[in-house]
Amino acid sequence: MNETLKNTGLFAVVAALIAITGFSQSWNSALLILNMGLISAIMALGVNLQWGFAGLFNVGVMGFVALGGLAAVLISMEPVGDAWAAGGVGVLLGLVLGAATITAAVLVTTRMAPGRVRTATVLAVLIGGFILYRSVFDPSVEAIEDINPANTGYLGGLGLPVLLAWPVGGLLAAGAAWVIGKTALGLRSDYLAIATLGIAEIIIAVLKNEDWLSRGVKNVIGLPRPVPFEVDLQNDPGFVENVTDLGLDPVTASSIFVKLNYSILFAVVLVILLVMAQLALKSPWGRMMRAIRDNEVAAEAMGKDVTARHLQIFILGSAICGIAGAMMTTLDGQLTPGTYQPLRFTFLVWVMVIVGGSGNNFGAVLGGFLIWFLWVQVEPMGLFLMETMTAGMADGNWLKEHLMDSAAHMRLLTMGLILLLVLRFSPRGLIPEK
Amino acid sequence: MDVLNAIVALSNFVLIPAIAYGSQLALGALGVTLIYGILRFSNFAHGDTMAFGAMVTILVTWWMQSLGISLGPLPTALLALPFGILGCIALLVLTDKAVYKFYRAQKAKPVILVIVSMGIMFIMNGLVRFVIGPDDQRFADGERFIISARTFREMTGLSEGLAFRTSQGITIVTAVVVVIALFWFLNRTRTGKSMRAYSDNEDLALLSGINPERVVLYTWMLVAGLATIAGVLYGLDKSFKPFTYFQLLLPIFAAAIVGGLGSPVGAIAGGFVIAFSEVTITYAWKKVATYLLPEALEPDGLVQLLSTDYKFAVSFVILLIVLLFRPTGLFKGKAV
Repeated sequence: MNETLKNTGLFAVVAALIAITGFSQSWNSALLILNMGLISAIMALGVNLQWGFAGLFNVGVMGFVALGGLAAVLISMEPVGDAWAAGGVGVLLGLVLGAATITAAVLVTTRMAPGRVRTATVLAVLIGGFILYRSVFDPSVEAIEDINPANTGYLGGLGLPVLLAWPVGGLLAAGAAWVIGKTALGLRSDYLAIATLGIAEIIIAVLKNEDWLSRGVKNVIGLPRPVPFEVDLQNDPGFVENVTDLGLDPVTASSIFVKLNYSILFAVVLVILLVMAQLALKSPWGRMMRAIRDNEVAAEAMGKDVTARHLQIFILGSAICGIAGAMMTTLDGQLTPGTYQPLRFTFLVWVMVIVGGSGNNFGAVLGGFLIWFLWVQVEPMGLFLMETMTAGMADGNWLKEHLMDSAAHMRLLTMGLILLLVLRFSPRGLIPEK
Repeated sequence: MDVLNAIVALSNFVLIPAIAYGSQLALGALGVTLIYGILRFSNFAHGDTMAFGAMVTILVTWWMQSLGISLGPLPTALLALPFGILGCIALLVLTDKAVYKFYRAQKAKPVILVIVSMGIMFIMNGLVRFVIGPDDQRFADGERFIISARTFREMTGLSEGLAFRTSQGITIVTAVVVVIALFWFLNRTRTGKSMRAYSDNEDLALLSGINPERVVLYTWMLVAGLATIAGVLYGLDKSFKPFTYFQLLLPIFAAAIVGGLGSPVGAIAGGFVIAFSEVTITYAWKKVATYLLPEALEPDGLVQLLSTDYKFAVSFVILLIVLLFRPTGLFKGKAV
């Protein structure tokens, strides 16, 4: 069987799986799977860039995704005027002071000769700067969070169109990736893994606790949407007439129409990124990346700047995850920092890349769709399995109830099993690297 | 008097919790470091291994409690601990035979083994949630306190109370016993010596007739024991929740790396470094400062450097500092 045919077949299988969901459950849930599948595919593309192209082990995907989500809030929400008046300047000044302290400490470390004097100066700069920063920052934060805490209590955003948040989410993630890459990329692979794991936890901690920025666990809800609201469509006589002519119920049709709009937007982004990733892979730059991945020492001997290239691709891959994060928050219409979990947002994306085929962009995209489909559908399947298994038991039997309650946790088990099976029997994934 | 009160407050809120937490981290980090030294990869499933061992122990504890078996003032979980360790050994040896052995034979790159351990992590995480559920579980019984704050106040006449919980006492004693036993095993017994030899130089160890599969088997057994003990102690001291154990991965790895991966002494030192920095940096120092400073200088705020939610940030920053300035850790670890 020829390769293109096989790959097209694999994509057709996934499309058929989603279509079956549409016919057997509802087109709404099929489109939900499709939309999150598109976003997952973009995340997988980002991780594939880092792992598949360059062999960088990034397990901080969740952090970059969350930063993208933050961008959606910062760009699209209306600014809270009172909060800005109360403490906007103070917060910004505090942040500048904090950054200045760190810069000063770094400058002292690099400029002064090593010794006790240097250690003392660095410590003095850090401690003094920290006290100064807290004394400016804390009162402003308190002032902001006191303003109507039930509804706002944060600075709000810029009130710009939400679509703008997607590239900005990428930029935000890229900025964070630059800082992380600068410090951690020189390290060995598993140190980089731990470092990125830690950064992701810290980003989530910041989003959860800095209420002035993201409302913390109070969540930001009601983000503006790039597509019409269902209610508006249902009240639009033109739309209602059109869909009734087609023989559809206006309520269902409006929600499907909105989801389709999202699908189109996401698909456009995915195609653009996929084309770019594909061009990059085939370019001399892509070959250089793979050369570095396969043998760093040889690549360095050929005059390639390994650290700089690693930093570059780390930033690019993280930016893609940031874009995906902003898209996801736009789709949800809310930022809920409490829901970011590493198993779902970091390790699941890794399963997508490994199962799909690391090093192959189409593989990563396929993995994104397939694994997301399974992640959603394993739960009902697990429930069905449990029902069949416990069919003989009496209702109210403790074992039966326990098994039925636990069916939801089947998905983690299944994901682990899929990952291990693929690693063992098809380590290069469903669509291997050429 | 004020100085004494300050010391008591400091011990109550900083020293004792940090020593207990440090002991738990040290036991966890010892497991990570043993796997790194002998199997040569970072085991991402370690947090979930701890959760699994603790889960088996909890189930046996509940069973014993239902039969009316108890240890009097001590928690029943101590009696159930050996069963937990056996269960954990069974699981780890099984995963080794079913999964890791294949990659060892292939001489796979360490990073592949890390990804494999990610798969194991998913499975163990799912298994634990499947059996015991994702919620908080309480299984501590027996006396709650060795000294309660009130008894201490009455005993000494100080205004500041010192509470020393049973779980903290047990944690410290158990950690000391386990560490002594582990070092005796590694330094004095034949098997322990062969493990160290294998860790130092694999080829040389193989040449001198050490059976690698045996070394690996003993490593998993030790790791299962350490992980279960660490998991049960953490669960007794705080509470058992599968997700918390997964999150422990970060401070545990930080401890192992700060100490120097592959070095058991380093893992213990690293555990305490991380625990003490986390507790001191997130502790509100107002109380201690009020006792020590003259009234004019008394602080208005809480004098808390960072809110407790940022404790991950603390372990992470320390990790980063150590990696930047001393990449092999405090006690020279190994680099694969």
